[in-house]
Amino acid sequence: MKPAPFAYHRPTTLDEAVAMLAEVAPLEGRVIAGGQSLIPMMALRLAYPTHLVDINGIGELDRVAVEGGELVVGALARHVRFETPVEPGPTGRLLARVAHNIAHFPIRSRGTMCGSLANADPASEWCLAAVTLDARLVARSRSGTREIAARDYFLGIMMTTLEPEEILVEVRLPLLPADARAGFYEFSRRAGDFALASCLCAYTLEGGLIARAWLGVGGAEAHPRRIADAEAALVGQPAGEAAFRAAAEIAAAGIDPLEDANTNAAYRRDLVRTVVRRALEAASRDAGV
Amino acid sequence: MIGAERAMDEAERRLISVTVNEVVHRAEVDVRLTLADFLRHTLQLTGTHVGCEHGVCGACTVLVGGHTARSCLMLAVQAHGHSVVTIEGLSTEGQPLPPLQQALADHHGLQCGFCTPGILTTLTELLRDNPSPSDEDIRVALSGNICRCTGYQGIVAAVRSLLPSAGREVRG
Repeated sequence: MKPAPFAYHRPTTLDEAVAMLAEVAPLEGRVIAGGQSLIPMMALRLAYPTHLVDINGIGELDRVAVEGGELVVGALARHVRFETPVEPGPTGRLLARVAHNIAHFPIRSRGTMCGSLANADPASEWCLAAVTLDARLVARSRSGTREIAARDYFLGIMMTTLEPEEILVEVRLPLLPADARAGFYEFSRRAGDFALASCLCAYTLEGGLIARAWLGVGGAEAHPRRIADAEAALVGQPAGEAAFRAAAEIAAAGIDPLEDANTNAAYRRDLVRTVVRRALEAASRDAGV
Repeated sequence: MIGAERAMDEAERRLISVTVNEVVHRAEVDVRLTLADFLRHTLQLTGTHVGCEHGVCGACTVLVGGHTARSCLMLAVQAHGHSVVTIEGLSTEGQPLPPLQQALADHHGLQCGFCTPGILTTLTELLRDNPSPSDEDIRVALSGNICRCTGYQGIVAAVRSLLPSAGREVRG
């Protein structure tokens, strides 16, 4: 299993990269960063780009920073970077918990957050985090820069609104309030395997009742999605078993489950019910608060 | 300007320079050559094994810049300018085996040996970054390396035997 032949380009500036991509994208050219999904797809000949634009030499893309209440993650920030909190609040703690669920360490040392967002696997943890936390994705092409709200970004299984000539240069994740409690839970059959269902959630409390809620489900539908009805079921309730079970029930009933030979719709709904409840329970134990 | 008209069947080649086990190697390679095949075919360092060739089995794991990486999921051109350590770099011919490899032998941590190069690079990184791993830490680190012989118990026992607390634990 070897990749089909391709031409290789290694720009050192973003301007150079978008100019190259504009030229080769119509010829099935692709961007490569960590390559932990693209290289296997090329080895299996499921993908055969004729040109690769390797962005690993563009130093300005290798950054993680907090700017104006947002966590800004550049296209070369690798998964491993998030294993220890990148900021002191609940977002940093949450992303650290999430990062440990992404494949195995040798994958996390190469793969990138923006690469996962560009690849848009339904089971991707970072796609779930982006959509649940209302991230904005910044796409750059030769004709300029545009921002895409995560809720408008995913179209289907590994399909997004990113254009072939665009590079996803950074993602901007709004930080959760400092007093938010956040949780994550995913189910997979083997350590490091793709999630069959996952849930990422957070809430704030006022006077003992849930004031704001974020709740997204991944791995169960064609792309991760925030479940507004489940969030609404949490708001105004005490953070406890009754509200958690109600939200889990609504999420399970509301999804359009992916099915495959091993996973039918009923099983996926059961998994969603369970991962939502466990993620909420994890949030209630969020140690940083 | 950048060869967009290039015919697909014309293999592009690049000159690369990669430090492998502290030796600088310069070679002209096909851009589609994986790092694993560069190590095995170009440099004849066949200690790095290739199992699944799509990033699942862990047999081809090497250290790139000190961190484990799947050499089947990197292109050789992407290793240009980087430092790589393979199984051949973890011991010296004619010298006694280093403690980790001796422990693996002593505790039946290998049988056919196919997965062992990837296991050793993985455990080398684990013990460097976490000198006192728990059993769970050891198992999490090994979770990306598939071994069909040992059932992993011997591998975990080998790592435990190297820990400062080893004298107080039941081996096996």
